Amino acid sequence: MALNENEKINEIDVNELDCRDTLTFWEKFGNIFRSKSIWMLHYCTGCGAMELPPTMTSRFDMERIGMAPMATPRQADVLLITGYLSVKTLRRIIYTYEQMQNPKYVVGFGSCTLNGGVYYDSYAVISRLDYYIPVDLYIAGCMPRPEAVMSGFKKLMDMIKKGEALGWKRYQKYYDWYKKNQIRALGEVYVKDEFHE
Amino acid sequence: MSTFFKATLLVLLAFFWQLTLAGIQRKVTARIHRRVGSPWYQNFIDLFKTWSKSSISHGFIYDFGVLMALGGTIATLIFVPAGHIVVFDKLDNFFVIVYLLAVGSLGMAMSAVGSGNPWASIGVMRALTQMLAYEIPYIMTVFGIIYANKTASIHAIAQAQQTMGILGWNMFRMPLGVIVGFISLMGMLGKKPYDAPIAPAEIASGPLVEYGGKHLGMLMLQHEFATFVEVGLFVNLFLGGGTLIAFLIKYFIVYILATMIASVVARFKIDQLVVFYYKVPLALALIQTAIVIFTGLGVSIWL
Ligand code: SF4
Repeated sequence: MALNENEKINEIDVNELDCRDTLTFWEKFGNIFRSKSIWMLHYCTGCGAMELPPTMTSRFDMERIGMAPMATPRQADVLLITGYLSVKTLRRIIYTYEQMQNPKYVVGFGSCTLNGGVYYDSYAVISRLDYYIPVDLYIAGCMPRPEAVMSGFKKLMDMIKKGEALGWKRYQKYYDWYKKNQIRALGEVYVKDEFHE
Repeated sequence: MSTFFKATLLVLLAFFWQLTLAGIQRKVTARIHRRVGSPWYQNFIDLFKTWSKSSISHGFIYDFGVLMALGGTIATLIFVPAGHIVVFDKLDNFFVIVYLLAVGSLGMAMSAVGSGNPWASIGVMRALTQMLAYEIPYIMTVFGIIYANKTASIHAIAQAQQTMGILGWNMFRMPLGVIVGFISLMGMLGKKPYDAPIAPAEIASGPLVEYGGKHLGMLMLQHEFATFVEVGLFVNLFLGGGTLIAFLIKYFIVYILATMIASVVARFKIDQLVVFYYKVPLALALIQTAIVIFTGLGVSIWL
């Protein structure tokens, strides 16, 4: 979303890996299982979603590395933000993200989630995803090809196994900062009312 | 003590065998779709992963229902004879199993409705409707078997079939009955043409919509145990049980056959499903039971 001069986002370094020290033995043990079985929520937001069907079906066969689509956020581990995110969709994304159970990861597809891409200065589209929810991994491209998507997921698995995909801990730690950015993008609507916002 | 030991053995057997088969089933489905598919141990990983996640509660009924579903299904499981492992000899009555199996389903229904999600209520409604649809033809066929054998003990029925060789299996003596049994079995397992309760694309997994983390893990385990009960019952009633190895081989064939059928068909709507069950399998079951009652045992010309 385009910013006014006096509304500049106060950048803090939320990407430091200081959450890492808290990994206990059981978390490391759990990370092995978490990295081998990834259920993703295919709530498709933008054009990058086009690449998911070939990635899931016969040609690239996502299931062979243990990934499966899930229909509801409660069961999912990974939230895919497939491309541009309009401000209206951002609200749903935040609800969805907060409904997911705790080791949860976010993958951003394409340049739109990185820097706005072709929607860089648009009034209706946010320009950087990780101001609003913590992103663990970006997959570059406009749009990323299935090969890139698959290699991105393999990378995500490695990160989970090593305990580097800590977006969910970052979200808890810097919740105030994320919340401030979300409210700034969404306006003054605090009431969780789906139909009269 | 020996009862306790046998029951533990049976639960462990069901756990490892059914989870392995569930992995193989995913692989078979993938091969039919011309994919590679996940490794055979994928379901173990999935299960342990769900147990390693956090989970939330929607109140007492929600938590209690999950435990009731899992506990009720394990209680049912130890009544099912698997080969020589008969935990309660002479007590493994068909009616006990059918009543206890309902405890598991009702626990899950209670818990899902307790979560307050509208999709869950729709899913539970569909699941109970489907139960009503497949139970009647199934029970009617099994009544035929019970009438012919003059006993309702699963173990006794399985043993009675083994004395007459392979043609003595109820599968060959009651060909119509085994068709009804298999169609009902696919409904019980929630396999593809009859998976209206958990339609992920329509009602977001139905009863499971609000479950995540440990609750979901327990319900997945409950589903695997319930599958073991249902397939085990089918093997004992129609395929003659046999030794433990024979039981497991028959189990494998039945389960994989159901999977193969499921991977090439689409889903019934819930109203079509009920109409189907009340037309074809119910008619077949009626004919089969009439044959059994009026002409003695099944197709007795072969014997
Ligand atoms: S990066 Fe390209 S493909 Fe992806 S959402 Fe933006 S415009 Fe579409």
